Amino acid sequence: MSETATERVSYLRAGHSLKSWLLTTDHKRIAILYVLSITFFFFVGAIAAALIRLDLLTPAGDLLTNDGYNRAFTIHGVVMVWFFLIPSIPNTFGNFLLPLMIGARDLAFPKLNLLSWYIYMIAGLFTVFVLIAGGVDTGWTFYTPLSTMYANGNVILAASAVFIVGFSSILTGLNFIVTVHKLRCPGMTWGRLPLFVWSIYATSLVLVLATPVLSITLVLISLERLFGLGIFNPALGGDPLLYQHLFWFYSHPAVYIMVLPALGVISELVAAGARKPIFGYQFVAASSVAIAALGFFVWGHHMFVSGQSAYASAAFSFLSIAVAIPSGIKVYNWTATLFKGHISLDPPFLFAMAFIGLFVFGGLTGLMLAMLAIDVHVHDTYFVIAHFHYIMVGGTVSAFFGALHYWWPKIVGRMYSIVWGRLAAIFIFLGFNLTFFPQFLLGYLGMPRRYHVYPPEFQVLNVFSSVGATLLGAAYLMPFIYFIHSLRYGAPAGDNPWGATGLEWTTPSPPPKHNFDSVPLVDRPPYDYEVEMEGDNA
Amino acid sequence: MPETLPVTEPYRDARQQHEAAMMGMYIFLGSEIMLFGGIFSVAAALRLAHSPEIIQASHALHFGIGGMNTAVLLTSSLFVALGVEAGRGGKANAAAGWVTAAAVLGLCFLAVKAYEYRLEFSEGLLPVPGVQSRYVTGVQHLFMDLYLVATALHALHLTIGVVLLATLAVQTARGAIPVPERAIVLITAGLYWHLVDVVWVFLYPVFYLAR
Ligand code: HEM
Ligand SMILES: [Cu+2]
Repeated sequence: MSETATERVSYLRAGHSLKSWLLTTDHKRIAILYVLSITFFFFVGAIAAALIRLDLLTPAGDLLTNDGYNRAFTIHGVVMVWFFLIPSIPNTFGNFLLPLMIGARDLAFPKLNLLSWYIYMIAGLFTVFVLIAGGVDTGWTFYTPLSTMYANGNVILAASAVFIVGFSSILTGLNFIVTVHKLRCPGMTWGRLPLFVWSIYATSLVLVLATPVLSITLVLISLERLFGLGIFNPALGGDPLLYQHLFWFYSHPAVYIMVLPALGVISELVAAGARKPIFGYQFVAASSVAIAALGFFVWGHHMFVSGQSAYASAAFSFLSIAVAIPSGIKVYNWTATLFKGHISLDPPFLFAMAFIGLFVFGGLTGLMLAMLAIDVHVHDTYFVIAHFHYIMVGGTVSAFFGALHYWWPKIVGRMYSIVWGRLAAIFIFLGFNLTFFPQFLLGYLGMPRRYHVYPPEFQVLNVFSSVGATLLGAAYLMPFIYFIHSLRYGAPAGDNPWGATGLEWTTPSPPPKHNFDSVPLVDRPPYDYEVEMEGDNA
Repeated sequence: MPETLPVTEPYRDARQQHEAAMMGMYIFLGSEIMLFGGIFSVAAALRLAHSPEIIQASHALHFGIGGMNTAVLLTSSLFVALGVEAGRGGKANAAAGWVTAAAVLGLCFLAVKAYEYRLEFSEGLLPVPGVQSRYVTGVQHLFMDLYLVATALHALHLTIGVVLLATLAVQTARGAIPVPERAIVLITAGLYWHLVDVVWVFLYPVFYLAR
């Protein structure tokens, strides 16, 4: 059997047994395992969201009991944050693309990569078990003393699920960091790394450094609930604010775990969609690392009205506003890249455009929340809900879909329907805004989050939001249909359907098991589009 | 068994593989530091809030026993370092011997710790339900609770370390880990051991000595 003949077999065809999938160490197959599992959890979270929006159609709160409503939004938050958003882009596209983009055969620790998926699945099954056992009612934030003394759901089980999935995060982050440092192919200098790699790298740093703090915090609240430890109980001299500090020390950086990979995806899409080198490459790359670093020093903006000292609040406010600088750099540089580009309106690039608009809106309202005086007014209202859904659903989920539409031909080797893709992008954008824009207004008018009984004057806006959610849900289902259709009937995609730069497009679609027949050599800057266009003209 | 060690899948050469393993371990240890960092920041917050009571509570700990254990652990780290050096020099038996000695010292630490917990239990210091407590205020309880959580977490890490070192010692002696080719396994395990040691070097003063 000759070497090259085996090497050219695509990763999808290298072994068909279930075992060849469940025991694979191929980063591309593990990526597929993740895609399937996070899609499942996306549905679990979405069902909870549907229950919430249905209940909010009427002011009376007649669909669910109070307790049922609490459990619905808790499971929605827990599943969406830890089982969809955090692993979404890194564990699927990061896994699939990182080695391809830097010219490596695999991640640095392939077995660890598989282990990380199993840990994720065990934690996920725990979560499903929590659901079957009746759910939790603390909200995804597990605030004390509610979680330690008063909540009557399965707090410890839910905390264990989140604790376990943390190990998966840490192992994946570790694997990515070492891969970027040690496995770049010759000529792939730091200055030539694709921006997606930079963003995954920055994300991994946060994963590795922030997640353990959440782990120990969850251990402490579980012990406190089990044995009455008292570290967060003021009656024993403990401090509930300490819990909030520890929780947000993880959870604010965690919001950057959720959005940084999306920013990386958009940089790739913008360059490919405009067919131009990205404007200010160094600044866009550095801004990812800057966001990751600054993200560790702004957690107190979640505690402006919790009773932390005014001086601390002022400092946290200032630092939060400072995050706007690297975020703004990205948006301006994307805009400058698009300027006078030959912009393609194919589906991935529509998603990228939608992302930019929604991210700017989410970011600007974040600035409002970072202002001490405004936050006192809108804290714990639907304004906050709208803000972070603009970033995480409008932003990260749109980027996830953009990535899926961009790399799908590479991953499965076939094209999907461009027309349907465009329609899906447009409907997702419209559905999203119809769902979440009214929530800004609701919050500003004073509707608190986490209540399902509300004054009748808020009903109209809530109905808008629920109708929007229906549209959004239907729009999210569209890609499922045409993607599955394309698996069988799609036209072969060719190596490089978008005419993009980047090593991943130099391999066949789908890539062979070993990625590259020979170690690639990079001798060009990234996003080298002009050179290609000159070649076209000649 | 192969004569020279094959480079495994994603790597181009042995040096690259070695560097990746080292870096992976350092990053893992970074996340361990953040884990214990959570405990240390809780300890700092409690002390800032209730300094006098915590100082009073810490008087009850047996700092002599803790000090002895510190010496035991530091010696074990020395043995691990000697074992690693022997492994790098290709002396399988010496490496296995030193590593075993370190694991035995780790066991000694755990035994002493268990004895100390027993002592504290009989003195009514431990937060065990149903036991007549010696403490009157909540803060004193809190201090002992945190002490228990922190030292137990450390002991858990140490237990993993003992199992790890014992396994590696056996494998090295049997030749399942050929040295010096696979000395990297000993080196990275050694790094883990040193970190668990360093964590104790911080736990000891924070709980026993700062009074
Ligand atoms: C770019 C990615 C961002 C993500 C993913 C994100 C996500 C979130 C999430 C999840 C929450 C709500 C947490 C909760 O209470 O359950 C939140 C709240 C908040 N965000 Fe953001 N955010 C982002 C950007 C920003 C920016 C750029 C700022 C400020 C400049 C900001 C300021 C705030 C503030 C002040 C709150 C707390 C408001 C309150 O609770 O009263 N965020 N964000
Ligand atoms: Cu935040």
